[in-house]
Amino acid sequence: MIYRETGVFKTSYAQDQAILRVPLDQYGLIFWIVLAFVIIPMTASDYALSDLATPFLIMSLAALGLNVLTGYCGQMSLGTGAFMATGGFMTYKLITAFPPPAFLTQFSILGFAPLDIHFPVMLVLAGLITAATGLLFGLPSLKIKGLYLAITTLAAQFFLIWLFIKVPWFTNYSPAGIAPAPPQTIFGIEVTGAASPVINRYLFVLTITVLAALMVKNVTRCRHGRSWMAIRDMDIAAEIIGISPTFAKLSAFAFSSFLIGVAGALWAFVKINSVQTDAYTILVSFQVLFMVIIGGLGTVLGSFLGAAFVITVPILLNIGLTALNPGLQALGFGGFEVAMIKHIEFMIFGALIIYFLIVEPHGFARLWQIAKQKMRTWPFPY
Amino acid sequence: MNEIIQTFLLGPIKAMADYPPAVVETVIAGLGNGFLYALVAIGFVIIFKSSGVFNYAQGAMVFFAALNFAGLIDIGVPWYLAGLLSLLLMLVFAAAVERVVLRPLVGQEALTLFMATIGIGFFLEGMAEAVWGGNPRLLKIGLPEGSVFLIDYAWAQDLGLDVIIQQSDIIAIGTGIVMVLGLYLFFQFSRIGRALRAVADDHTASMSIGIPLDRMWVVVWALSGGTAFVAAVVWGSKIQIEPTMIGLALKALPVLILGGLTSIPGAVIGGCIIGVSEQLFEVYWGQPLLGGATTEWFAFMLGVVFLLFRPQGLFGERIIERV
Repeated sequence: MIYRETGVFKTSYAQDQAILRVPLDQYGLIFWIVLAFVIIPMTASDYALSDLATPFLIMSLAALGLNVLTGYCGQMSLGTGAFMATGGFMTYKLITAFPPPAFLTQFSILGFAPLDIHFPVMLVLAGLITAATGLLFGLPSLKIKGLYLAITTLAAQFFLIWLFIKVPWFTNYSPAGIAPAPPQTIFGIEVTGAASPVINRYLFVLTITVLAALMVKNVTRCRHGRSWMAIRDMDIAAEIIGISPTFAKLSAFAFSSFLIGVAGALWAFVKINSVQTDAYTILVSFQVLFMVIIGGLGTVLGSFLGAAFVITVPILLNIGLTALNPGLQALGFGGFEVAMIKHIEFMIFGALIIYFLIVEPHGFARLWQIAKQKMRTWPFPY
Repeated sequence: MNEIIQTFLLGPIKAMADYPPAVVETVIAGLGNGFLYALVAIGFVIIFKSSGVFNYAQGAMVFFAALNFAGLIDIGVPWYLAGLLSLLLMLVFAAAVERVVLRPLVGQEALTLFMATIGIGFFLEGMAEAVWGGNPRLLKIGLPEGSVFLIDYAWAQDLGLDVIIQQSDIIAIGTGIVMVLGLYLFFQFSRIGRALRAVADDHTASMSIGIPLDRMWVVVWALSGGTAFVAAVVWGSKIQIEPTMIGLALKALPVLILGGLTSIPGAVIGGCIIGVSEQLFEVYWGQPLLGGATTEWFAFMLGVVFLLFRPQGLFGERIIERV
C-alpha cells in the first residue's frame, strides 16, 4: 500500500502515454533530479564529485549504450572499449581540426556566451562517426548471431585500438601517442580540463547523462525500441510480423555506438584530460558489460545501478583492505600491497558476477521491481 | 592504382619468392604459434561440444595452470611433482566449477553461461596472481630450447635451404598432434568417450538411456582442465607466463571459427591456418607496410571474414541459425 497504482485515473491520452504513470514514480524522479542537480553539488566534496560521481555518470552513459545493444536488441558486444576510443579520438580530431569560430565565444552577456555550443556539437558529430563505425562492425550481425558476435566485436576492439596507436594522425603526431585534451567551454563556462571547477564538469556530465537516459527510455518505448525487443525475444517471429531485422539490428548498433562514443569522449575530456588508448582497453569493455549484466539487461535503471556497483566496489574494497593493514601488521602479517588489492579485486569481481548470475540473473533492476511489488501488497505478503 | 598494387600485392610476393627459406621459417614459426592456439582451442571444443557452453575462461585456465606449475618449481618442488600437483589442481578446479557455477545455472541462456565463464576467468586470473604474484615467470622443466637447422647438410645450405627453426615450435607441433590423436582415441573407443559423444548429440536421449549427465559434465570440465595443463606446459616453455597470455589465448576464438566449434581436428587445422597466415601477414605486410603488431588483430579479422562466408567453420556442424 505504500506504492499504489489503484486510484490513479487517467483522463487523457497524454496521461496514459506518460513515461511515469504513477504519481509516486514521478515524485521519486523529481526527488532524484533535485538530489543530483542541487543537493549533491552543494554538499559533496571535490573528491566525491571528481572520483566517484563523474566516472559513475560517464560509465552509466556507456552502460546505457551497451544496454541498448545487448539488453534491448540482444546482440552481444565485447567492443565497447574500442567504440569509446573512437568517440574520444574523433572528438579530439574534430576539435583540433575545427576550432570554434571567434564570434561564438566573443559574444557574451555578463560572462555567459549563449552562442558557445561548439563542444556539444562536436560531441554529437564524434558520436555520429562512432555510430558509423559501430554500424560497420555490426554488419556481420545480419548473418550471424549470439556468441559469434563476440568475435566480431573483439575484432573491432583489437583493430581499432591498434589503429589509434599505429596511425599518428589520430593524436596529431604527438610522440607518446597521448594527446592532451584541450579545455572546452559551453556558454562561456569551462566544463572540461584540469583547470575547470569540478562542479562544472560534474553538472555537464550529469546533464548529458540525464538527457541520454531520457532519450533511451523514450526510444525504447517507441516503434524502434519495440522492434529491437522483438528481435531480441524471437527474431524469426519478429520478421514474420513485418519487422526488418536488418534495420532493427543496424539501428541498435548505431544508436548504441553513438551513446558509447559520447561516453568515451567525456571520459577523455572530462575525466582524464587526455586522449590515449590505455583508457579504452578490453578490460573497459568487460567492465561495461558487467555493469549491464549486474544492473539488469534491458532496463534504463539497471544501467545506473550496475555502473554504481562496478565503480564503487573497487573503491570500497580498496578502502576496506587498506584499513585492515594496521591490524594485520600488528599481528605480524605483511598487510596488503597495492598489487595484491588489485588481484583480490579481480577475484571478488569474478565471484560476484557468478553469484549474481546464479541468484538474480535479471540484475539489480529486478530487485527494485520485487521491492515495488512488496510495497504494493504491504502489509499483506500476497 | 598501379602503385598500390605494386606495393601491397606484388612487392610482398616478390619478397617471398626472392628468398624462400625465410618463408619456410615464417611458416614453421607460425605453425608453432598456431599449435599453441589450437591447444587452447581444443579445451574449448571439448566443453562446447558436450555442454554447449562457450568457455571464455579457457585462456585463464591455461594461465592458472602455468603459473601454478612455475610457482611450485620456484619454491623448490621437483618439476615432476609440481606438474602432478598442478594437474591434480586443474582437475579439482574443473569439478568445482561444474558443481558451484554450472549446476545452478542449468537451463539458463547461452549468454548467461558465457558471462559466468567470464566471471570464472576473472576469478582465476586474480587468484593465480594473488597466490603467486604478478611478476612474469619462466617455466623451465628441461624441454629443449634454442634453434636447429632443419636440413643440416652442407649441400642443403649451399642450395639456400638453411632454414633455422625453434625447438619449442617443434615441441608445440608434436604435443598438438599427440593430443589430438589421444583425444580421438578416447572419444572413439573408450566407454566414457562414447557416452560423451552421445551427450553431445542429444542431452535428453542420453539421459533416458542412463548416462549420468552431471557426472559427464565433471568429466568434460576435467578433460578441458587437463588440456589446459598440457597447453600450459607448452606455452610456458615457449613464452613468458604473464597475464597478457590470457589475451593471447583469446585467439583460440577465431581458430574455432575457422575450424568449427565442435571439431577437435578442426581446432588444430584452424590453429595452423591462423598461426601461419598471421605470421606471414606480419612479416611481409605488417612490418614493412603497416607499422607492425598486426598479429593483434589479424586473426580476429580473418575470423570475421570467414564467418561471413562459412559460419559453421571448415569441419563444424551447421548449428547457426540465420535470420
